[in-house]
Amino acid sequence: MNDDVLELLFTGLGETLYMVLLSTLIALILGLPLGIILVATEKGNILESPRINKVLGTIINVVRSFPSIILIVVLLPLARFIVGTTLGATAAIVPLSIGAAPFIARIIENSLKEVSFGKIEAAMAIGANPLTIITKVLIPEALPSLIRGLTIAVIGITGMTAVAGAIGAGGLGSLAIRFGYMRYRDDIMLATIITLVILVQGVQLAGDYLATYINRKRYKFD
Amino acid sequence: MSKMYITPSSKIVALENVNLQIQQGDIFGIIGFSGAGKSTLIRCLNRLEEPDSGKIVIAGQEITAMNKKELQLARRKIGMIFQQFNLLDAKTVFENVAFPLQVSNYPKKQIKTRVEEILELVGLANKSKAYPLQLSGGQKQRVGIARALSNEPSVLLSDEATSALDPQTTYSILELLKDINQKLGLTIVLITHELDVLKHICNHMAVIEHGKIVETGVVEKFFLNPESDTAKRFISILQGFQEKRVYKEGEGI
Repeated sequence: MNDDVLELLFTGLGETLYMVLLSTLIALILGLPLGIILVATEKGNILESPRINKVLGTIINVVRSFPSIILIVVLLPLARFIVGTTLGATAAIVPLSIGAAPFIARIIENSLKEVSFGKIEAAMAIGANPLTIITKVLIPEALPSLIRGLTIAVIGITGMTAVAGAIGAGGLGSLAIRFGYMRYRDDIMLATIITLVILVQGVQLAGDYLATYINRKRYKFD
Repeated sequence: MSKMYITPSSKIVALENVNLQIQQGDIFGIIGFSGAGKSTLIRCLNRLEEPDSGKIVIAGQEITAMNKKELQLARRKIGMIFQQFNLLDAKTVFENVAFPLQVSNYPKKQIKTRVEEILELVGLANKSKAYPLQLSGGQKQRVGIARALSNEPSVLLSDEATSALDPQTTYSILELLKDINQKLGLTIVLITHELDVLKHICNHMAVIEHGKIVETGVVEKFFLNPESDTAKRFISILQGFQEKRVYKEGEGI
């Protein structure tokens, strides 16, 4: 492999990391409240509201029904409106965030539902308001599970950036398509895949480590 | 007070015309078999379950007439302990006990002294930095009691607090509750299906059967002169065991 290829690879990796980090961050900012609302408005829960729950659930399901490539294409006009262009990594962040937010919302909903309702009742019994219950009970109690869920989300978003790369977003996905596939450059294809494997492994390891660290702190005997 | 559960196929009457009066400073036991409505009854007292009709008055405040905000404030003065402890695993023992005080906006310094004082009372002063998952069942329930008491409630509700514990631990928790009742003059309302609990710490009792209160009075009456079906069954089970033991040990009467 010569220096040019290496340079391509580094640029691609940089773009991918940029897209993944920012998209995850924005998707989390959008998805976290949605996931909390999904749980809190459930029947019998702290802010019971079947209507809000149903409407929100339906919207999330609709967005999640789109295959990611279609969702990205459909949302490109929005990217043009916000960023001014439909090309490049920054433009891709708009559809990626919106596409990932419902996914993250469902993952967060799942994690929060693992918290036994008895703990919520105990907090209600001491007179805590719903906001306190969410911030001091639901989220801290579910934290290890939330982190594991977010790890899944980050890896999912990494996959989505490759799809976005195929239609002009740049990044490792674009590199694999443009050079590896279209120009029959097997070496670039291989290098891209290895880089992605290392990236995903790293994310998974970090997530596992963090979740285990929190759990171990709570279980530790001294 | 009445409470009905409406299920898709039928209406289940969980509580029917329950009328109870509990004296301040009393330890009041409500006993019944599984499914009699004990848990629903005690959970109605702080409205974890909403009664369909009737009135609940605690320390002169009509709980059933309150809106959400008022109820939150009132609940701060009603302690509750649970069969499954329901401690927060993410918080240390200290933080668990401090939680009700934070919710009530106590200043930090006061929280620290109060938590230390209450942990001393339940015998867990050396465990304040531990997490609930590192404790035994009996220790967890002590934390539960400390949490319920930290905000100086006027009444303590105990929802089968000893049912998940072994007899020896049950005994130590009951001793603790008795001790607290005497030291602080705290009213305790507990539900149980264990005769030992009733016998050991309660002054007054009520027997609940199919959602109705069928017998009330002092605890001695339950053992000496049981009137209701449930009470008679409880006592006959107890006697059955005692007779067996007499035969086995050959003591005679």
